[in-house]
Amino acid sequence: MSVLAARKVAAQTLPVTLSTWQTAVLRFRRNPLSLMGLIIIVGFILVALLAPVLAPPLANTRDPYMMPHAGYSPDPQAPRPGHPFGTTEQAFDIYYGIVWGARTAFRIGLMVVAMSVAIGIVVGGIAGFYRGKVDEVLMRIVDIFLAFPGLILAVVVVAILGPSLQNVLIALALVGWPGYARLLRGEILSVRERDFVEAARAMGANDLKIILRHVLPNSIYPILVVSSLDMGSVVVAAAALSFLGLGAPVGYADWGQIISLSRNWIIGSGGNAFAFWYTVVFPGAALVFFTLGWNLLGDAFRDILDPRLRGST
Amino acid sequence: MTVFIARRLLLLPLVGIGVTLLIFSLLQLLSPEQRAALYVTDPRQLLALDSIIRTHGLDKPVTVQYVQWLWRVVRGDLGWSETAKMTVARAITTFFPATLELTLYAFVPIIALGIWLGTKSAVHKDKIIDHFSRLFAIGGQSFPTFVWGLLLLMVFYGALRLFPPGRLSLEANLYVLDPEMFRPYTRLLTVDALLNGQVWIFLDALRHLALPVITLSLVSCATLVRVTRSSMLETLRQDYVRTARAKGLEEPKVINKHARKNAMIPVITLSALLFVGLLNGVVITETIYNYPGIGRWGAGAALQLDAAAVAGFALFSALLLVLGNLTADVLYAWIDPRIRLR
Repeated sequence: MSVLAARKVAAQTLPVTLSTWQTAVLRFRRNPLSLMGLIIIVGFILVALLAPVLAPPLANTRDPYMMPHAGYSPDPQAPRPGHPFGTTEQAFDIYYGIVWGARTAFRIGLMVVAMSVAIGIVVGGIAGFYRGKVDEVLMRIVDIFLAFPGLILAVVVVAILGPSLQNVLIALALVGWPGYARLLRGEILSVRERDFVEAARAMGANDLKIILRHVLPNSIYPILVVSSLDMGSVVVAAAALSFLGLGAPVGYADWGQIISLSRNWIIGSGGNAFAFWYTVVFPGAALVFFTLGWNLLGDAFRDILDPRLRGST
Repeated sequence: MTVFIARRLLLLPLVGIGVTLLIFSLLQLLSPEQRAALYVTDPRQLLALDSIIRTHGLDKPVTVQYVQWLWRVVRGDLGWSETAKMTVARAITTFFPATLELTLYAFVPIIALGIWLGTKSAVHKDKIIDHFSRLFAIGGQSFPTFVWGLLLLMVFYGALRLFPPGRLSLEANLYVLDPEMFRPYTRLLTVDALLNGQVWIFLDALRHLALPVITLSLVSCATLVRVTRSSMLETLRQDYVRTARAKGLEEPKVINKHARKNAMIPVITLSALLFVGLLNGVVITETIYNYPGIGRWGAGAALQLDAAAVAGFALFSALLLVLGNLTADVLYAWIDPRIRLR
């Protein structure tokens, strides 16, 4: 195969072509659900970016992520002027917590997904490309991590490292990477047999270049889809850990943390079961919409990037 | 088939070593004093910390420690759980039946509703039932277990007083704990109640199971609906389905006999994943409803840094998951000859 022909083969299989983008735009326009996902996530991004404007921290505060106390009431207090979503037990302002919690959510999601994807790409990439013994050893290690139910392993890791937001991030990344490694390995195993990889090798490219330039770009799409679905589920897992008391410290602007503050009040008081509804409904809604947004967006990505599945889900 | 299963079984010890090694490495992050509880069966022994550390070699090289610890684990000796006030092995046998009962009940709505709705949705693509089930699927997947659980608790316990938390009401619990009157055959309360002829206890246990079961089922059921639907859509497009229709078979027969059977293959693969979801879910669900199962114990132990309990809980859940995966694989090979013969 001549150099020119090899280039041509490589060019034909370049993943992002104009038509992919065109179908993407078309797809978003045609499917109202995908569009809704996009709008929800953009909304959350705006809330996170504009947090200091939407919920200005107190002038003398040291850490804007710590929710300010609105008085000293031990009971939750209903929504009222100045506190549109009410206050939790110990009088933390729910509105403030939700706005700054959006920042926390993105921080958790982005960091955990980035760490998992990075480890997953290195391990899965090496295993898939070199195959043989290396592959066997690496995949058995992946199997061991996948032998634990994810949340339970995360609970164990956080318990041993000590409850804190940082350790939650570490635990979730530790739980997250094996899935990516396995996924990428499978993709690479099929991609590396294709003609354009052979063409690149014939042109004298070294392993690193072949992996980075030819194999990875052609096997990365499933990772993109899964990572966008993961953005939601990682935040839910972190919130679950906070809810169990293993995550952010009390008073930190974190949705799971705020929900855990509602636990003692969930059955209401004085014959009115819904007396404290706002303590769970507002932070719960934030979490649900955040996950919903990423799920819808992930579905849209999958439809766009994987033509085989188009229209089937 | 035998070869296939044998190959899978041969891998088990390897996974076992890996799993214990991972837990052991995590435990090494703790000080020898904190790990001492892993080596005792009675809290009084903890008074002599130094001698435990010496006799069990907690200050020896890690390889020696690992082998010693692994030998105890293999014999089922997992140490003392301070949160449960009993040995870890005892705690697992005490709490697991409750969790098993919960998950068994959860499986029924998940499988039945999931497959039924998924099939309906695929057959009536883009009709109202399809839109409804897709909404249910994506909504269910987006509802975190604990938000959903708290809302149910607020409505069905707080407002309607229908389904209380816990596993039994006080008087039923007193009755059950009396060995003269109630014999625990299986330790699954609903089954035992019927075996003892106590219908009121059966109903009481069901009342307490209702909310945890619904909470636990939602996410898994939503996932199953989606997978069944897309798998069914794929199958309905196949030639042999068209042939079946062309030769004049009635539609229900085509759907139920021809299409659904093949569409079930990815669903079985998914059932292993469902199992993971359920195991994760019980931690949250049991904590919310104060249901005395293994998940609530594990979560409580994690909060108190009950090292032996946390390690035992992790190892036991890994064991369950590995066995669950094995079952799914065997089932998969049994249903799909293409896998078996490869």
